[in-house]
Formats: sequence, C-alpha cells, structure tokens
Amino acid sequence: MELSINGTKHQVDIEPDTPLLWVLRDELGMTGTKYGCGLAQCGACTVLIDGQATRSCVTPIESVEGAEIMTIEAVAEDPVGQKVVEAWVSNQVPQCGYCQSGQVLAATALLKQSPQPTDEDIAGAMVNLCRCGTYNAIAAAVRDAAQA
Amino acid sequence: MNDMTSIAAQAMASENGKPFKLSRRGFLGSSLGALVLGVTLPAGRVRAQAAAASVAPGSRIAAFLEIRADSIVLFRSAFIEGGQGIFTAMAQIVGEELDVDPVNFVVEGAPPGPDYLLTGGARFTGGSMSVRMSYDTMRKLGASARQMLLQAAATRLGVPVAELTTEPGRAVHAASGRTVPYGEIADAAAELPIPANVVLRDRADFRWIGKPVARLDARDKSTGKAKYAIDLKVDGMLYAAVQHSPRLGGEPGALQNEAAVRGMPGFHSIHRLPGAVAVVANSWWRARMAVEALQVSWTEAAPGTAHTMPADFSTEAHMATLKAKTGDGVAFEAEGDAAGALAGAHRVVEATYDAPHLAHGQLEPPSALARWNDDGTLELWIPNQAPEMFQADAAKLAGIAPDKVIIHSPMLGGFFGRHFLYQTANPYPQAILLSKAVGRPVKLIWSREEEFLRDALRPTAAVRFRAGLDASGTPVALSAVAIGEGPTGRWFGRQPDKVDSSAVEGIAGKVYAIPNRRVGQIHVDDPAIIGFWRSVGHSMNDFFYETFFDEMADAGGQDPYELRHRLLANSPRHRTLLEAVAELSGGWRRGPFTAEDGTRRARGVAMASPFGSEVATIAEVSLEKGETVVHDVWVAIDPGSIVNPAIIGAQVNSAVALGLSSALFEEVVYVDGMPQARNYDGYQILTPDRMPRVHVRIVESGAPMGGIGEPGLPGVPPAVANAVSVLAGQRVRGLPLSKLNLKGVDG
Ligand code: FES
Ligand code: FES
Repeated sequence: MELSINGTKHQVDIEPDTPLLWVLRDELGMTGTKYGCGLAQCGACTVLIDGQATRSCVTPIESVEGAEIMTIEAVAEDPVGQKVVEAWVSNQVPQCGYCQSGQVLAATALLKQSPQPTDEDIAGAMVNLCRCGTYNAIAAAVRDAAQA
Repeated sequence: MNDMTSIAAQAMASENGKPFKLSRRGFLGSSLGALVLGVTLPAGRVRAQAAAASVAPGSRIAAFLEIRADSIVLFRSAFIEGGQGIFTAMAQIVGEELDVDPVNFVVEGAPPGPDYLLTGGARFTGGSMSVRMSYDTMRKLGASARQMLLQAAATRLGVPVAELTTEPGRAVHAASGRTVPYGEIADAAAELPIPANVVLRDRADFRWIGKPVARLDARDKSTGKAKYAIDLKVDGMLYAAVQHSPRLGGEPGALQNEAAVRGMPGFHSIHRLPGAVAVVANSWWRARMAVEALQVSWTEAAPGTAHTMPADFSTEAHMATLKAKTGDGVAFEAEGDAAGALAGAHRVVEATYDAPHLAHGQLEPPSALARWNDDGTLELWIPNQAPEMFQADAAKLAGIAPDKVIIHSPMLGGFFGRHFLYQTANPYPQAILLSKAVGRPVKLIWSREEEFLRDALRPTAAVRFRAGLDASGTPVALSAVAIGEGPTGRWFGRQPDKVDSSAVEGIAGKVYAIPNRRVGQIHVDDPAIIGFWRSVGHSMNDFFYETFFDEMADAGGQDPYELRHRLLANSPRHRTLLEAVAELSGGWRRGPFTAEDGTRRARGVAMASPFGSEVATIAEVSLEKGETVVHDVWVAIDPGSIVNPAIIGAQVNSAVALGLSSALFEEVVYVDGMPQARNYDGYQILTPDRMPRVHVRIVESGAPMGGIGEPGLPGVPPAVANAVSVLAGQRVRGLPLSKLNLKGVDG
C-alpha cells in the first residue's frame, strides 16, 4: 500500500485495517503523533487527512490511501502550522507536552478552514483532552495564531 | 502538609552506603566537544570525597554540569520533567549563579546516583519538593563552577582573579576589554580545586530567578520532537502488549486459542507473566491484537496472597463499610479539650463526608523498554519519579547488583503521582522478564484499558465531623475522624499505633483558631492498589474540611468568608492571603446573585496549606440543567519565595483543571472486583468546554520556600462545592458533583 505523508510517498506492507497511528509510529518511526486512548477519545493522535483533523488511532490505513496525510513532523514547513507553533511557543502552552502534537494540528486544521475563527469556532474545533489543563493557554494561542 | 522528606529518607536508608556507579553513557546523546567541568567538592564536604557512597548530594559539579566548547551548558537534573517546568527552573537557579542565560542550557534527567539524593537524603520528583529542597544547593553548585571558571580565566589572561568578572557565558577583564567564553576555559577550570567559600548573588541582582523565563521545552513540545518513554526505540527491539487478570491476584490458566494466536501477523511469542499474559511481536499494534485475541482462563488468587482484589469488591459497599465504622480512632492532632467543649457547646453540627477513588489518567500510557546488554548490565528506559528506587527494585527482580541496572528517565507525559514504585502498577518488571525470555530488547506498552485496570488509585475515604458552636455562632470545638488508608503507609510502612499523615493532611494542619480540636483516624485497608495522586491527602481532605467549615458557618449564622477572616486574626500570613484572593475576585460576595448573562451564580471560598505553601481559592459557579458550571477561579498562592512566576501561573492553571475535574466528574467505580471504566469514555476527565477562567496572584511573604506543583489543587473542590451548596440550597458532602441530583435548582 502506498501512503502519502508530509509530501513523501511511503510503501507499507501491513494489514490494511491497521490504524494509521501505529504505522506512523512503529513502521515509519514518526513518533510525534501520540497514543493516548486508542478510542477516538483524547485526540493525542490527531493528524491532518486532506487538511481535516483526524484521529489516527481509529483510522485504518486502507481508508487513507491516496489521501494527503500531514503529521506534526511537517508542521513547521506548513505556513499555517508555523504560525500555530510560534503562537504555542509565545503563549508557553505545553506542560507535559504529550497532548500538544494533537492540539497543534487541531489548531492548524481549524485555521486552514477558518482563518479568523470566532470563539465558538475555537471551542468547536479544539476538543482534544489535556490532562495538564492547558486549555486556557490553547485558546489564547489559537486566537494569537489567527492574528499573526 | 504531606512531609514526604521523612519517608524519602526512610525509603532510601537501605540504599545509602551501597556503591553506586555513575554511568556517563550517552549523556544527551552526544559528548562531542563536551568538557566535563571539575570533579570537585566544596571545602567542608571533603569527607565526601573518600567514596562515592558517601558523596554529599549536590556537591560534585561534574555530576551535574558539562560545559561544551560552544559554551552550551549540559545539565543533569535530579528531578524529572513531566510538565511542571523543573528543567527550566533548574536552568534558572544554576544559571543565575553560574552566569549563563537559561536559554543556553540543555537539561536531562540524571541517572541514579548518590549525587542526586537532594530530597532529604533521597530522591523523589514529588511532594512538590524539587525546587524548595534543592534551591540552596543548586545555587552553590552554580556559584562554585563560576568561581573556578574565573580562576581559569585569570590564568589564561595572566591577570589577578580579582580583576575579572563575568557576563553571561564568559569571563570578562574590563580593564583590557578582553573576554573568554566559558567553553574555552571549561577544561582548565575542571583541574582547579573547589573554592572554599562562594558568595551567592544578591537577590536584588537576580536576572533569571524570580522572572518569567520561557520554558526550555516549549518548542520541542509544540513540534512533536520531545521524546517520551513510549517513543523510544533501540536496535533489534521487539514490541510487547499484555492482558492482565481482570482481578489482581488471578493467574493465567489455560489459553484456549493459542494456536490461532500464534498464526497472527507479526507474532513472535506468548509469555505467561505473574498475573498477566503477554504477546511479543514485531509491532505494538500486532502484539496488542494478538494478546487481546487470546482467550485466557484466569485462576483465582491463592488464599492469603497479599493485595489480591476480592471477587466481591465494590466501591459502593466499601464506602458503606467506612461510614459504618464507629469510634474516635487514633489521635493525630489534638489541642484543648474537644470532647469537653463539644459536650458544653451551645450547638453541635455533625456531618459525614466522602470522596471516591480516582485514576491518574496521565495522557501517556505507561511503558517500559528493557535491554539486557552483553556486559551483564540491564538497561531500562522507564517513566519514573524516583530512579534509585526503581533501580533497586529492578536489580532485585533481575537478580543482579543495583549498579548493573542502568536507568534512563525520559520526559514524562504527565505524572501526578502515577510513576512511583507501586509493584503491580508498574510495567517494567514485565519488560525485564520479556526481554530476558526473548533475548532481545523489548518495549512494552500498556494499552489505556490495561492502564485503567492496573493504575494505583487515589484512596477513598469518609470523614465524620462534629463541631461545637458557642452562643454567638463561633466554632469552639472541632472533632474529625478520617476513615480509610493513606498511600504513604501503604508503600513506606505503616505503624499500627500511629496515624499515616497522608490520610489526614488537610484535615489536620489547618490554620483556623478553633481552641479545642481533635483529628483522629480509623485505619481500614483499602482493597484497591492505592497511590499518590496530585496533592495526595489534601486532594480530598481539604474538600472535607473546607466544606464542613461552611456548614459550621451556616449553622452559626456567619458568612463563611467573614468567619475565616475572623478565625485568622492571629495569623497574618493567612489573613493577608485570604484578603488577596477576595480582592483579586473584585471583593468577596457569596451570592446568589444574577450575572450579566442572566445566570444565577454564587461563590465559594476555601483555604489550604499544602506542601509548604499557602493557598486561598474562590470559585464562581452557576447550575445549568443540573450540571455545575464553573466560570472563574481565583487563586492567591503564597509559596514564600519563587523562581518562575510564569511557571507558577501555569501550574496553578493545571492544578485548577485537575482539581475541578475531580470535583465535577471523576470516580473509579468497582463492581465484582473490576473497574467499570477502562478508558476515557467511561471515566470522564475535564474537557476544554468546562475549563473556567483562572486568575492567579502570587504573594511572596518571604516564608521558607514552599511547593508549586500540587498546592493549587486542594482549594478547588471545596470552593466549587461551597458555591454549589449556596445555589442548590443543600450541602454537598460527597464527590463528584455529577452524582448529585441538582435538577430543578437551575439558576
Ligand atoms: S489516541 Fe486517538 S483519540 Fe486518543
Ligand atoms: S500538556 Fe500534558 S496532557 Fe496536555
């Protein structure tokens, strides 16, 4: 099977129902995408599939063949992603950091679709869990990134 | 206050005196061009030079610092980073004295060793101890290193050392305008003797301590580059997943479909482990699929096996047992004559409170990577808050000497007390066995479901309060009996005739001037595996006490803020803090009142004295369709003195979120000896839409430095519950609030 990840084609020879998360992490060594729950509950595994924030722990690779997959490893090369990262750093968002790959990509997807999101847009899109409770900093950083 | 320093010392006593060997292997992944600065000791600690076993912790600069040729400082932190910002704080403290901008520090968790036993002769990342217990030592370490660099610069430039000073990262000879970067003189400095005395920088001249210095790890954590234990990989590594006995103590019996599982993709091997089965495979997903496909018959635990989970254990029945206990228990704190004053009181208020078991729910599931090396050493990459304890335990299990166990302590994806040594709650014993069995490195990850099955829980408890009021409504007597078990006694030994302070902290140690008081405890074994959970006993005990306080106030016709204020008349530090939080919130008002958006709201207040810091908290709450909505939380915190106000602000936000999460939703429910929730779908934690605005004021009273990571938490549940009680017109005596039926009392 061929997967297009961060603009590069990867051949993977693995069961087609394998979740994308584990292909990224164990087959391709891209461990920036995190495992938190495996059940579409937490969002730590968020990647962009054709620009849409998607939970890769419940996304079989057969369903994303031919799609453009973007992971946190490429975030700084994406113009919107770059703005988000800068806002994340200037707002000092991360604590343990474990949820933050997913948070940054969820914000990137939001700003690609709605460059000037309302507070409701932000609340609607930024639904990933953070056990460290960085939620206020996340919302502030998304607003900053939209202004940048 | 939970004094973990004494238990730390106790726990480590057996390890002191054993020869630790310091591994320099792979420090920061590269030692290219790195110069080790000095194996040196301050005068007066010379006896520590004799043997590594008697090293004075924090004295050997080389154990902590390397200065690279490019003047970047590599620093080994005794404390593990898990979100609390300790790596940044260490760079600030050492950098301040060394004269290196914290931004030029690269920090990692130190290996086990006597140099790092900085928390009362032991080493824990916990109890909110890291900065306050190492602050002076780390400053001296930085200052000593700077002095040696100055001396080396003096030799290099051929000038008296007195003519030299430093600027960040270099020595400066002002008279000639010459400078020498630290990186160029680090090796010469390493040859020099340690200065007998060093002068520490004056507080007024601090550039980094006390300032909101940016976190060193923010960018790596925003770009997916930060590496956690779960992310690590070594050559030749296989992956493992486990299925645990549904009840602790059961052992794997027959495997019905072993042949079919052996045929699954990527399969390597099946293993029977104590209380679990494991599959090793060439990827974790394949290992997980295979181990979960295994149909295992679990045997019941042999009678008398320690800490087995009873087949009939239910949290509801256990709580009924706790509440049915009578008597006053063993006294922990007593002043005046509580019984006499209660007997003679104008009015007596009585209530029983309870709180449930809680899960840690840190977002990174536990993992362990184990590798047996050809030289007979065992290498472990494991999330942990106490490397020496894990090393000692792993050595016992592996049957080798502790110095043959190399412990790597990666960044933690959240911890909150999850990564102490809890025997059945740690995956590394399984990884050690698996790696041995397959003769290759193995990375074991517990699925979220296995984590919910084997986490070490915040204990449950019930507390019976009785208060005596005088004719004016002022409390004159208070008796509290806490019923349950504390985690400190569980893991560090409990003396039957003594109260485990972790069971009563937050009920004992309160600051109000109530002349007759008694706090007692009745020990009842908790059938669950219990552990430390952010702010430990305070996480529930301050809820019990501070909500009962409002009950006393109501019974006596007193405003709860005013009554607190009055009972703190002789305690200026606490009174100031209470006034500070009231002012921060725009002046105390209890409500109910109508907010601008038309909702009916109330405020609750609470105080707590956890981990050497003092905290006052106010929460503003409304009820919506029977659900508690928290709009704002104001926190005034007095940690005595501070290192990084921005990190304190972030930690208070984090503690508010976790405290609120526990108040609103969290409860581990067991039925028939099994937890009902095995993932976040069944164990709700705080979501972004329920996060309140958080307002923080830091008060530096100058008192001895207190902790930061945990103190923001204990005041939140009672402040919220006190506000809910006002709106609901009924007292809240148990958590979580989601269990209360508040429908019909909407604002
Ligand atoms: S790991 Fe995918 S949503 Fe939690
Ligand atoms: S920063 Fe720790 S889980 Fe979000």
